[in-house]
Amino acid sequence: MTDASLSTWVHRRAEPSWLGRLFDSKPFLVVICLFPAVGLLMTFLTYPLALGIYLAFTDTTIGRAGVWVGFENFTYLLQDPIFWNAVFFSVFYTGIATIGKFGLGLWLALLLNNHLPFKSFLRAIILLPWIVPTVLTAIAFWWIYDPQFSIISHLLIKTGLRETNVDFINTAWPARWSLIAANIWRGIPFVAISLLAGLQTISPSLYEAAMLDGATAWQRFRYITFPMLLPILAIVMTFSIIFTFTDFQLVYAITRGGPVNSTHLLATLAFQRGIPGGQLGEGSAIAVSMIPFLVFATLFSYFALARRKWQQGETND
Amino acid sequence: MATVDIRKVRKAFGSVEVLHGVSVGIEDGEFVVLVGPSGCGKSTLLRMLAGLENITGGEIDIGGRVVNTVPPKDRDIAMVFQNYALYPHMTVFDNMAFSMKLAKAPREIMEREVLKAATILGLEQLLHRFPRQLSGGQRQRVAMGRAIVRNPQVFLFDEPLSNLDAKLRVQMRSEIKELHQRLKVTTVYVTHDQIEAMTMADKIVVMNNGNIEQAGAPLELYDRPANLFVAGFIGSPAMNILPGAIGEGGFVTEGGAVMPMPSTARNGAGYYGIRPEHMRLAGEDGIPATIQIVEPTGSETQVMLRIGNTPLTCAFRERITAGPGETIRVKPDLDLVHLFAGGSGQRLAS
Repeated sequence: MTDASLSTWVHRRAEPSWLGRLFDSKPFLVVICLFPAVGLLMTFLTYPLALGIYLAFTDTTIGRAGVWVGFENFTYLLQDPIFWNAVFFSVFYTGIATIGKFGLGLWLALLLNNHLPFKSFLRAIILLPWIVPTVLTAIAFWWIYDPQFSIISHLLIKTGLRETNVDFINTAWPARWSLIAANIWRGIPFVAISLLAGLQTISPSLYEAAMLDGATAWQRFRYITFPMLLPILAIVMTFSIIFTFTDFQLVYAITRGGPVNSTHLLATLAFQRGIPGGQLGEGSAIAVSMIPFLVFATLFSYFALARRKWQQGETND
Repeated sequence: MATVDIRKVRKAFGSVEVLHGVSVGIEDGEFVVLVGPSGCGKSTLLRMLAGLENITGGEIDIGGRVVNTVPPKDRDIAMVFQNYALYPHMTVFDNMAFSMKLAKAPREIMEREVLKAATILGLEQLLHRFPRQLSGGQRQRVAMGRAIVRNPQVFLFDEPLSNLDAKLRVQMRSEIKELHQRLKVTTVYVTHDQIEAMTMADKIVVMNNGNIEQAGAPLELYDRPANLFVAGFIGSPAMNILPGAIGEGGFVTEGGAVMPMPSTARNGAGYYGIRPEHMRLAGEDGIPATIQIVEPTGSETQVMLRIGNTPLTCAFRERITAGPGETIRVKPDLDLVHLFAGGSGQRLAS
């Protein structure tokens, strides 16, 4: 009996070390896993945002710490026609560019979803405008819109369609439309590729079923593709609106808000007033005034477009 | 309702031909099952019938009209897909009414027709649900409902039961069969499951490698399989097929067992086929065989045996008390032995 129990080898669990015990403790793991993310967010997002909001209520300028002035910056801005012009152009720019991007992007996505020759090559080409750094895009468009050396003017004159150079960016409205065109060109790939990903999740058998049910190509789009694309459309649109509304690089590189402040977006105006102009408080107030627009746009696309009952699995009817 | 005539139909994807001239005649109101292993071309043939694939060669005729170039929506057919293909963003009602909505049918007619189909299938309570809120069997019924509402000339089913669990599959099998008996619409049904084929079909078409191996009534295929493929495919458990040759005292298998031959035996037999359920327990005149595995299923007992080196599956009505390693004596029912030619594997007429 004794012999038998001695010869039986018992596998014993090794006692965990203090380090092992520490990593088994859930609160410790929670803290250590969250720390990097929370730390980064606090340093680079929460702190600047809070500082910006604080500055908006002070009269800080570069080189002088300001004092709390309450809503003075905002009341001043409300009477500033340049600010209102920037509000108008930001909304106009975002609205028209979004319509353009989504119209063309959806069209492109539908084209790319078909069986085309060199499909992957085409998809790679489509992505190019998005891969190129924005500032390079801006400089390219700056040349395209140049009053003297514009390639478009050159071609139009060569083909005899015009006799003089086109005025792209030296009067208010042409400049606005030109910027919107550049933004659309740059934004299409993001929309097209995202929507293409959405299109590819739609089962081909749904189209086959619709075909047998007698749907024409338009009806298949109207009743199958579009409703099934709506959720992803909402997310992509939310992102697109946020990026467009807060756009800075394109406008600042091409027109710097000119001519005569006609193409200032809120972001460029905030920078203009804050850094070159030195009025940090006022610049911050302009930046802060973008927040309500962004919150509204996000809520709108989220609630109006994203939530669909058919996506949820509950048995409520 | 209509007849369907498939005449020498071929299908090629690029340079690969997957259907090599297939001909099937389907009578009005008939329930035809296309069955075969994966990749045999049965689904392709069904999709060609639906108009979802082009026809490379030959003709398909539905109700006396050649439909080779007719688009799917004008063929007057309805199809139930393997994954049901229900529109996830529409309610059950909208799913079923979709074809009428496209045809701009008045609301009252739409409601009447959908309700009629829903009543047949027991879906009245579910009309306002979305497909996600339904179980597999309910989705299956909605898919059928969508087909019924169309009131088509031909129903096409593409492996409709393969996503259901075993119990539900048996239940839906009888529902589909009952539905067919009620509506009497010509039906073409694709499956890889020979039991589905046997239980549902008026006529089974066994396909393999883009060709039709045999077409006929279920029991005809069971009783008189035209070749080795059909013999092995139809019936469960599968027929014992023993390669060998006619020799002294009967059919000598490659494993060295000697099987008794029917009196009508022909020369040239290269394969000896006997279904497990046609083996009998025998007295002293039987062939001694060693038991390998015993699998009682209650109604019958399946026994894997070895006669020398030749494996043989038997299914007995009797209870088998003997265990593995023991020897029992068995004999085939000579009237039910199938002989196939050596090279071609074709059935030898008896």
